[in-house]
Amino acid sequence: MKIMIRGNESIAYAFKLARVKVVPAYPITPSTLVPEKISEFIANGEMDAEFVPVESEHSAISAAIGASAHGVRVGTATASQGLALMHEVLFIASGMRLPIVMGIGNRALSAPINIWCDHQDMMSQRDTGWMQFYAESNQEGLDLGIMAFKIAEDERILLPAMVGIDAFVLTHTVEPVELPEQKDVDDFVGEFVPHYVTLDPAKPATLGSFGFPEHYMEFKFGQWIAMERAKKVIDEVFAEFEQKFGRKYSKVSAEFVEDADIILVTMGSMTSTTREFVRKLREQGKKVGLVKITVFRPFPKEELVNVLRNAKVVAVMERNISFGFGGAVYGELAASFAKEVKKPKILDFIVGLGGRDVTFNTLQEVVALAEKAANGKKVEEVNWIDVNKEGVLKAEGLQ
Amino acid sequence: MNYEKEEFFAPGHGMCAGCAAPIIVRWVLKLAGPNTIVTNATGCLEVATTAYPRTSWRVPWLHVAFENAAAAAAGVEAAAKAKGEKLNIIAFGGDGGTVDIGLQALSGMVERGHNVLYVLYDNEAYMNTGIQRSGATPWGAWTTTSKVGSANPIGKLRPKKPIGRIIAAHGASYVATANPAFFQDFKKKVQKALSSEGAKFLHVLSSCTTGWRHDPSKTIEVLRLATDTGLFPLWEVVDGDLENMRITYKPKKFKPVEEYLKMQGRFRHLLKNPEYVKKLQDDVNAWWEKYGHHYP
Repeated sequence: MKIMIRGNESIAYAFKLARVKVVPAYPITPSTLVPEKISEFIANGEMDAEFVPVESEHSAISAAIGASAHGVRVGTATASQGLALMHEVLFIASGMRLPIVMGIGNRALSAPINIWCDHQDMMSQRDTGWMQFYAESNQEGLDLGIMAFKIAEDERILLPAMVGIDAFVLTHTVEPVELPEQKDVDDFVGEFVPHYVTLDPAKPATLGSFGFPEHYMEFKFGQWIAMERAKKVIDEVFAEFEQKFGRKYSKVSAEFVEDADIILVTMGSMTSTTREFVRKLREQGKKVGLVKITVFRPFPKEELVNVLRNAKVVAVMERNISFGFGGAVYGELAASFAKEVKKPKILDFIVGLGGRDVTFNTLQEVVALAEKAANGKKVEEVNWIDVNKEGVLKAEGLQ
Repeated sequence: MNYEKEEFFAPGHGMCAGCAAPIIVRWVLKLAGPNTIVTNATGCLEVATTAYPRTSWRVPWLHVAFENAAAAAAGVEAAAKAKGEKLNIIAFGGDGGTVDIGLQALSGMVERGHNVLYVLYDNEAYMNTGIQRSGATPWGAWTTTSKVGSANPIGKLRPKKPIGRIIAAHGASYVATANPAFFQDFKKKVQKALSSEGAKFLHVLSSCTTGWRHDPSKTIEVLRLATDTGLFPLWEVVDGDLENMRITYKPKKFKPVEEYLKMQGRFRHLLKNPEYVKKLQDDVNAWWEKYGHHYP
C-alpha cells in the first residue's frame, strides 16, 4: 500500500511494523513527530507497546537499555543535542550488546543553535559502537528502520543501530512510501528472540558489571568482531529484503561510475539532488559518476575502494566537519586507500552544514574544483563550499 | 512469602568492613524475595559487588551508569508491563547518584509513577571516588572537597539536601527515611514500600567507616546515635501528603548531638568550637520544633 508520510512517520511505522514493545523518547526538533506518532498509534490501539515519556534523552536511552535488558524489542528517536546528551550511554548500549534501534533526525549541533540538517550529530557518535545507516528518502527511512532490527538482533551481531533521516528535508517532508504488509514484516523481522542474557528472575544474571584490565579488552574485541561480521550480515539482510519486498539496498550504491573520471560521494538526502545533477552532466557528455554511502558503520572500505579506484578524482561531499582535520567521511575514505597502489585523487567538500541547501550551484562548484584537480592543477584538500569566506576571514582578523 | 532465611546478596563482596550498605541491601532483598530485578547506580555498591566474572547478586541486576539507575529501572518496568509481568523492581543508588547527578532521572521516574522502589543508601559523600562532598553531606562535615583549614574551620558550609521531602513533594506513593539501626522500623518501611503501587522512595542512612572516620565495629552504634540525637529523624509520607508526614520513631530522651559528632573523625574539628556544636544542636532542635508534632 502506498501512503503519503513524512520521514519521522517512516521511523514510527518501522517501529510499529517491527512490533516494538517499548519506546522511551523525549521530544526534540526535528524528531518529535516520532514519539507523537507512536503515542497516537498506541492511543488508537494500533500498536501494543509501552511509551515512556522520559524527562531527557539521557533517560530515554537509559530506559531503552533497561527495557532491552529485560528482553523486549526497543526503539527510540532523537537528534542533535539529544543524541549528544545520550553520548556516554550509547557506549553502554553497544558494550552490553543490546540491539536497540534509534531513528535520528540528522541535525546540526550548537553553537550557534540551529535546528536544520547536517550529519554532525551522528558522525560525532561514530565511535560509540552503534551501526549507522543513512537514508536518502522516506522510503529508505522505513526500509532501513525495519532492516535495522533484523541486523541488530542477529545472534552473530547484537549491536544497536541508528537510522539517520535528514532534518526537515526528510523528517518533515511528505513523500509517497510503499508500506509493507504487517504479515510480510512479521515474516521478515520475526518475533523478538533475545539472543543475549536478560534480566530474568528465574535465571538471575549480573549485567553491566565491573570489568578489570584483565577482562575489558576482550569485551571490546568482541564488539570489534561483531561490527566486522555485520558487514556480511547487512549484505544478507539487504538481499533478503530485496527478495521479499523488491527494493534493492547496498552499503554503497554506484551510478554512472563505469567510465567516470570524477565520482561524487554523497550520503543522505543530498544524493537525490546530486543524481539529477550527474544525469545532466552525463547529457553534456561529462564523465561524472555518483556513489552513495548508506552504511557508515561498519565502514564499507572494500566496496568503496572497488567502486572508486578507477576514477581520476573522488569528491567527497559531506555535512559534517572534524575541526583540525576535515570531514569524517573523507578521512575514512582516504585511509581506505592507504595501501592501494592505484588510487584516485581524493578531495573533501564540506557542504550543507546547519541546513544550508545543497543545490546545483553547490554541485557546480564541487565539480569545477574536481575537474581542476583532474587536469593536474592544485586544489585544496578540504574545501568549504557556499561559505562567505571573506566575511569570516575578516572577522578572524585575517583580511 | 517470607524469604528472611534466604540470602539474595552473597557474601564475599568487596565492601569495607563496617560499611552499612551491604546490611541495607541484604535486608531489602530478603524482604523482596526472588521475584525481583535490581538496577544499581555507579558507586561503591556496584563496584564492590560485581567484579567480573564474580557477582554477589542472586537476583537479576543491571548497572548502566551513575545518574540513571532510576531511568534504567523505568525501562525495566515498562518492559515488564509490556510482558504482563508482576515483579519487584528496585533501584539502589548512593547519595551522589541520587540527590546530585541522578536527581533528574529520579524526579522523572517518580513523576511518571513507575512501579519502582528506589532505595538511597546515603553515606553523605562521594565515598567511591574518595570522600568528596555531595548535596547530602551535612553542614560542618570534613570531606576531601570541603576541607578544614585556617580559612575554613567548618568544612561543608551548606546544609544537607532534604531529598526525602523533595521526592515526597512529587507525589510518590510512599516515601520514608530509615536507619538499619532501627531494624523493625526499617523492615516495616521496606515491606510497606514494596506493597504499595507506584514510585516509592526510601532514604536510608548508611555509615561509611572511611569517610565518616569511625571505628568499623561501631557502625550500628553510630547510626543509632544519628537518630537518637534527632539528626536523622525517621518518618514516612504517603501519596505526597507532606502535611500528614508521620514520624515513626521519637527518642524518649534525645541524646546531645555532641555524642554523635565525637564518634566520627569527619566532625572532629567542630568539637574545638562549642559554637559549632551549638549550631548543629540548634538545627536539630529547630527541626523537631517544626515537625515534632507529626509524631502520633
